[in-house]
Amino acid sequence: MAGWLFVSTLVIALVAVYRPFGDHMYRVVAGTRHARVERGVYRLVGVDPEAEQTWGVYARSVLAFSAVSVLFLYLFLRVQDKLWLALGMPKMNAHVSWNTAVSFVSNTNWQAYAGESALGHLVQMAGLAVQNFVSAAVGIAVAVALIRGFAARKQATLGNFWVDLTRITLRVLLPVAVLFAVIFMIAGMVQNLSGGVDVTTLTGATQHLTGGPVASQEVIKELGTNGGGFYNVNSAHPFENPTTWTNWLEIFLIFLIPFSLPRVFGRMVGQNRQGYAIVAVMAVLAIASIALTVGFEVHGAGTVPQAVGAAMEGKEVRFGVPNSATFAAATTLTSTGAVDSFHDSYTAFGGMMPMINMMLGEVAPGGTGSGLYGLLILAVITVFVAGLMVGRTPEYLGKKIGAREMKLASLYFLITPALVLIGAAAAFATGNNSTALNTGPHGLSEVLYAFTSAANNNGSAFGGITVNTPWWDTALGLAMLLGRFLPMVLVLALAGSLARQKAVPESEGTLPTHQPLFVGMVVGVTVVLVALTFLPALALGPIAEGLS
Amino acid sequence: MRLPSWLSQHLAALRTLLVFTVLLGLAYPLALVAIGRLPGLDHRADGSLVTVGDTTVGSSLIGQSFTDKDGNPIAEYFQSRPSAAGDGYDPTATSASNLGPESVVDTLSANPDDAKQSLLTQVCARSLAIGELEGVDGSRPYCTADGVGAVLAVFHRDGLTGPVTRVVSVNQTGTPFVGSYDGVPVEPASNGEDYQALGGIITPVRGTAPAHPVVPSDAVTAGASGLDPDISPAYAALQVPRIARERGLPEATVRALVKEHTDGRALGFMGEPGVDVLDLNIALDQQK
Repeated sequence: MAGWLFVSTLVIALVAVYRPFGDHMYRVVAGTRHARVERGVYRLVGVDPEAEQTWGVYARSVLAFSAVSVLFLYLFLRVQDKLWLALGMPKMNAHVSWNTAVSFVSNTNWQAYAGESALGHLVQMAGLAVQNFVSAAVGIAVAVALIRGFAARKQATLGNFWVDLTRITLRVLLPVAVLFAVIFMIAGMVQNLSGGVDVTTLTGATQHLTGGPVASQEVIKELGTNGGGFYNVNSAHPFENPTTWTNWLEIFLIFLIPFSLPRVFGRMVGQNRQGYAIVAVMAVLAIASIALTVGFEVHGAGTVPQAVGAAMEGKEVRFGVPNSATFAAATTLTSTGAVDSFHDSYTAFGGMMPMINMMLGEVAPGGTGSGLYGLLILAVITVFVAGLMVGRTPEYLGKKIGAREMKLASLYFLITPALVLIGAAAAFATGNNSTALNTGPHGLSEVLYAFTSAANNNGSAFGGITVNTPWWDTALGLAMLLGRFLPMVLVLALAGSLARQKAVPESEGTLPTHQPLFVGMVVGVTVVLVALTFLPALALGPIAEGLS
Repeated sequence: MRLPSWLSQHLAALRTLLVFTVLLGLAYPLALVAIGRLPGLDHRADGSLVTVGDTTVGSSLIGQSFTDKDGNPIAEYFQSRPSAAGDGYDPTATSASNLGPESVVDTLSANPDDAKQSLLTQVCARSLAIGELEGVDGSRPYCTADGVGAVLAVFHRDGLTGPVTRVVSVNQTGTPFVGSYDGVPVEPASNGEDYQALGGIITPVRGTAPAHPVVPSDAVTAGASGLDPDISPAYAALQVPRIARERGLPEATVRALVKEHTDGRALGFMGEPGVDVLDLNIALDQQK
């Protein structure tokens, strides 16, 4: 009962902020005025904020910024031992550094290291946390560019990446981060530069209590749907998630931007109802998934949960089973990947739900920006399928969905399943699945989860598997890199091609894309596509385990 | 000289990254560190440290072990949950067990370094030990009376079908927990043998233990962080008689202390009630 109230209040809060926060983001990306500090940034950086970019230039800017970021972060990790606040941590080795650099730049935040035993404070705050901000902003920028493609009429350009990046970071992410970081500190999250203190416990043992700039990183970890924890156990750590209500707030922050972006979409295309339709698709999928995850975990099937009497292994007392399961669903419905409980110890079907959430392409509501553009691609595919059924040229928001658009959309959809399934198959073919902790179907689930998480830029894990080997670091690094940037380029190409079109006037035969029928169709297309793609793999892992 | 456009683009990218690194990577967190120095907030920003007299004994947010050097529970203290962080409650090695719901088969070996307990056996062993410590029934479903997972490997004539030909109790080298299964006598397991690989079907046996065991679920499972500061009110209640006896206090006094250190759900619906074990034990020590 309390568990359902927990979910209901989250829904109510998100409904309440949808318009005001969405409108704020709309003004940020659609406004023409530059703030003084932003002008300063443009001058320092040396870009012309008034220069409009074609899709190609926009994409090259995204890629250039991300490539430089990977290189910078890699070098940072490789020399961290020589820097301020290193706390005596050694430099990170080459393969883990590559994996970590790609992971944070691609908004995945997969962690092949344990924060408290691998990283100093400087690289956490000036290396990793910076990417938490900007990788989120890059995602939103690409989504906004796609919306501009829909909204534009016979236009060659999609805006300016550097302006979008700067504004989203400074006017959307930073203010919310400061506000919630203070609230989090009041709750008990640590925020200091201390290397920790050694204490003698009540029974005379020693315990090293860690310090660090945790609150500042925790906020953006959730708000930017990044998910990389300051500590190994992420949001389960009492210093990252001290109370029952910070748990609620963290889930709220995870959902805040992805669920409000459809408002930006609606406003930019000039029809708010189109935004409502998109957010309705997201909400239907999200609520169904949360209900199932909580249901499976509370039911607690399986030998060990039955022996225990509840699925409490890998869950904290203060969060309990229903709230932990809600967090697990939220973190995988978005591209966050933070955890407050350990999915590896979930019941077979409870643990399958996070995998399915990611396999949906993380569109309900998905990552910051990536969720919206992922869902708009699915909407395009739905319009196409519907067009085939009635024998008409499909169109969406007055734009013809022709051969070029469909090719781009289909390629987009195919990339992540290909990475997941080929990656998992390669792990088995090369014997690298042997690093899994659990055996049998659950061991297969650990491998499948790892590639699903990496290719979809989630970052959560069935954490039993050991992934800091050269093979795993390289393979998952590639999955994260390709899973992030190939889709982005395709989205921008689609945006460019839509922007060049003139608008087709609405006619009798136009499929209305703001009505429940369309919402239902997008939900159907999403679920059917995913089921067809992944059911065989799931049958060998969690389904086999759950039915045994 | 005019730079080629690909190069100038990457230089712009680098300059942008550096500007953001200074702003978001230094100014932002350091400003918050400064805010954290404000009186009233500094205690929390420093980790909610708890002092007894002049010595810092821990953090009220981070759990501790209340065991002796050999890992045995110290009877006059409330016990925390099992922990997978290092040797237990080690903040420099936070971790969960990550063992799955069907982790039921132990790796048996004469050499303790090669032996590995399944999650089921860990749960059964903890339940048995807590039952003994508190003087209550420590039995659980799928557990043997000697505190390991009650699991059989059942071999059929034709692989998955046909009459049963051989049955092994896979987690026991001594006397099996049941004499026979389907008319076939049950054998004990041998060290180092993988009965699943030999074709045995892994069959956990429910047994007759109550569905709601006396020892609560949080007492027999490791938390997510390995630093869980709380136990459930049920587990605290189970420990009250022992604490009262060991300390010579009336049970009502101990129960009142437990109640005082129980945090309910925030706003009545967030999370679950929990008892902060360190705070409670400090309060106990102060009852003189």
